[in-house]
Amino acid sequence: MGNKLISYSSITKKVVMALAGLFLISFLVVHLGINLLLLSNDDGASFMVAVGFMTTNPLVKIMEIFLMGGFAIHMVIGVFIQIQNWLARPVRYKVAGYSHLSFFSKYMIHTGAIIFIFLCIHFTNFYFVKLGLVNPPTGVGKEDFYQMATLLFADRFYAVLYVVLMIFLGFHLHHAFQSAFQTLGLSHTKYTPFIKVVGTIYSIVVPLGFASIPLFFIFIK
Amino acid sequence: MDFTLKIWRQKNAKAKGKFVTYKINGISDSSSFLEMLDVFNDQQVTKGEDPVVFDHDCREGICGTCSLYINGRPHGPDDAVTTCQLHMRKFKDGDTIVIEPWRSKAFPVIRDLMVDRQAFDKIIQAGGFISVNTGGIPDANAILIPKQNADSSMDAAACIGCGACVAACKNASAMLFVAAKVSHFALLPQGKAEATRRVQAMVAKMDELGFGNCTNTGACEAECPKEISIENIARMNREFLGAKIGSQKKVVKEGGF
Repeated sequence: MGNKLISYSSITKKVVMALAGLFLISFLVVHLGINLLLLSNDDGASFMVAVGFMTTNPLVKIMEIFLMGGFAIHMVIGVFIQIQNWLARPVRYKVAGYSHLSFFSKYMIHTGAIIFIFLCIHFTNFYFVKLGLVNPPTGVGKEDFYQMATLLFADRFYAVLYVVLMIFLGFHLHHAFQSAFQTLGLSHTKYTPFIKVVGTIYSIVVPLGFASIPLFFIFIK
Repeated sequence: MDFTLKIWRQKNAKAKGKFVTYKINGISDSSSFLEMLDVFNDQQVTKGEDPVVFDHDCREGICGTCSLYINGRPHGPDDAVTTCQLHMRKFKDGDTIVIEPWRSKAFPVIRDLMVDRQAFDKIIQAGGFISVNTGGIPDANAILIPKQNADSSMDAAACIGCGACVAACKNASAMLFVAAKVSHFALLPQGKAEATRRVQAMVAKMDELGFGNCTNTGACEAECPKEISIENIARMNREFLGAKIGSQKKVVKEGGF
């Protein structure tokens, strides 16, 4: 795959990465929508209905393959491009670069790596349990995601870690959203400012939505 | 004005370079950065030491020959100027000024602060031109060009190819340069005939020469002495995708899809 990846043009790689990224961005909204059901005061009944749908619906099963593919493509190309970028400047500057724009864009590989670590933890806690690769906590069924989530968020350390990771997710998304459109060639005096505003709102609201759940479990429940 | 200069000294392309610290006194605040270096080099020669090698030519900000990465900024601490137009009054008396060459795999250092920017010429040779027939002179205004396009094209054509975009980019990417060159033809009817071949060939050459990938950071746009906008990069991406999807045969063998 390595050689093949090199022979693709830099713009093609970036476009594929941007498309995968936008797909992941749309997925996050669905994921958040289901997670927010944890906040409803019905001991997880509505949440489990949604989980039931997501684990059995054949269309969702197909989308799951695309989703894993999306993650894989986004990460493989991201790391590949980053290595190329490091190699493009073998001797670094003594004085760090000074750039006016997009602060978070400088740390995409770092925030991306943090999200990847979170993803590994997240998969071990939920997805691999469902697949039967990891044993569920004692006394919890392997598809009882409500109990798993409740147990995890009861652990203060995990809950705080989760909130912190959501902040980094927000940093990543802040640059990612508008950058994806720029890469796809969608730059326009009328629409670009709008896209940037939507991106900023998205990068605040979505991580905040996710973070609200452990905060709810710590402080309210 | 008095300054402490930390200058990158490197004997030749293969030698290992290092920073050397010098003092310089009595510089006029009206002198340009390059004039300050001229005074400095005069003193070096008088002392029997090697002068610092740096690129310069027109000293009017239009040739794109001068470079220098000054205190972390290509062309130094002023907006929309080249190093030759940078005045010493932009610094404070007693400042320490760190002067580095452009750093990029595609721009190897030749000596001291001078780098080899042939990579840009190679990109231009790959497609940054239009082919014209000989013959009678066409009537002026025979070809209609929307004012908006003419203006945007002219803005893109303002690129002097100095390489500040590559120097500023954290990835040493040449996307702004290539995008400016692609855009200024793509917006005009005369450039349309070769547009699909041009963008593919220039991007393939850019990749081949070892420039980094664009991450839409925008440092290039901020540091460009000619204020070329990253809108041009989006335009190039559009042109490139259109060319790849629309072209009926493989135009460029190397460089892949």
